[in-house]
Amino acid sequence: MTTDITAEDIWEFLEDVKDPEVPVLTVVDLGVVREVNHIENDHWQIIITPTYSGCPAMQVIEEDIKKRLEEEGLQIDVKLVLHPAWTTDWISEKGRVKLEEYGIAPPQDEADKSVLFGEKTIVPCPKCKSKNTKLVSQFGSTACKAHYQCLDCQEPFDYFKCLK
Amino acid sequence: MTKEKALFEYLIRRADDSLILGHRLSEWCGHGPILEEDIALTNLALDLIGQATEWFQYAAEVEGEDRDEDDLAFMRIEREYKNVLLVEQTNGDFGKTIVRQFLFDHFQNLLFEKLLESEDEQIAAIAAKSIKEVRYHLKHSSEWVIRLGDGTEESHKRVQESLTDLSRFTEELFFQDEVDQILNKEGIICDTADFKDQYYKNIQAVIDEATLQLPEKQWQLDGGRKGVHSEHLGFLLTELQYMQRTYPNMKW
Repeated sequence: MTTDITAEDIWEFLEDVKDPEVPVLTVVDLGVVREVNHIENDHWQIIITPTYSGCPAMQVIEEDIKKRLEEEGLQIDVKLVLHPAWTTDWISEKGRVKLEEYGIAPPQDEADKSVLFGEKTIVPCPKCKSKNTKLVSQFGSTACKAHYQCLDCQEPFDYFKCLK
Repeated sequence: MTKEKALFEYLIRRADDSLILGHRLSEWCGHGPILEEDIALTNLALDLIGQATEWFQYAAEVEGEDRDEDDLAFMRIEREYKNVLLVEQTNGDFGKTIVRQFLFDHFQNLLFEKLLESEDEQIAAIAAKSIKEVRYHLKHSSEWVIRLGDGTEESHKRVQESLTDLSRFTEELFFQDEVDQILNKEGIICDTADFKDQYYKNIQAVIDEATLQLPEKQWQLDGGRKGVHSEHLGFLLTELQYMQRTYPNMKW
């Protein structure tokens, strides 16, 4: 049986699949879905790439993608590729806005030269927008996040750290 | 030795370094000196075990027998593990864990930089993926070496002892044999001698800033790449392999 489902439809269905650890982002916002390929009839291949090597969410993401698309009566192969390596640049604009609203500071490029190793980043507080924040730990609640604190509103917050 | 055999062996060496160090770091879970460092060390563990998975998957593919990454990680005997001795050394105090990490991170960083240019696409892809994580690891361990070395009298004394102790294992990082020669000829890997000076230069810069001393002459140990390990690995494997040995082929 062939249906008239297009690749665009598939991308739209994938907007329903959330990152299990940052449920405000979809797998499309996050940039982990790299390609949607038609194989034949109702058979499609989805190519995904991991954010971090050890990210425990990848397996769940793979299963969730399959489950969502099988609901549409499709046969799905999910393939994981490492190349090219994922970068935070692939998080969509929409995704960045959603992250900030959710209380997670999105990845920043602005470097703070005053600190050791000269590469730390100025991360505005997602709550009060102050730039007077400090890095508490480079490693936060998940592999992709660092732990910051706002020195004005005192709120601790997660920062989705830059990976390039 | 065929090219395939050499490649398999090389991938196992890479995987075992990451797996064993990742396991060591996971032992800190719930025991970190402060919450942030407990989380940091287990994050590093996660990255390393993730890297090990990638190396093992590729090794299994190259081997072409009926083994997968879990078989390789859990179902080998001690002599079949080919990690360097440095990564199996016990955690000791937080300072020793940091020094061990520091000596390894700087090596991995330079090695992966070279492997980015590998003729083998999968090796280049794993290196490209991992190096982004390793740069964070390196910053973390180097900053702590400075903080502890140039910290209190007590912290200085302790990291100096660990540095003196663990500096016996740095030469082994650059160990090469027939495996490396075969792959080097094919453009798959580089000669470790190409970045050895850079390695010592890089660690020296941090050690100087930390007001520590790298022993000038130090007795060097090796054997890990041939499967001859310190007594610590056996105990580590007992714990690492427990579930698979007790319930063979169990799945989560």
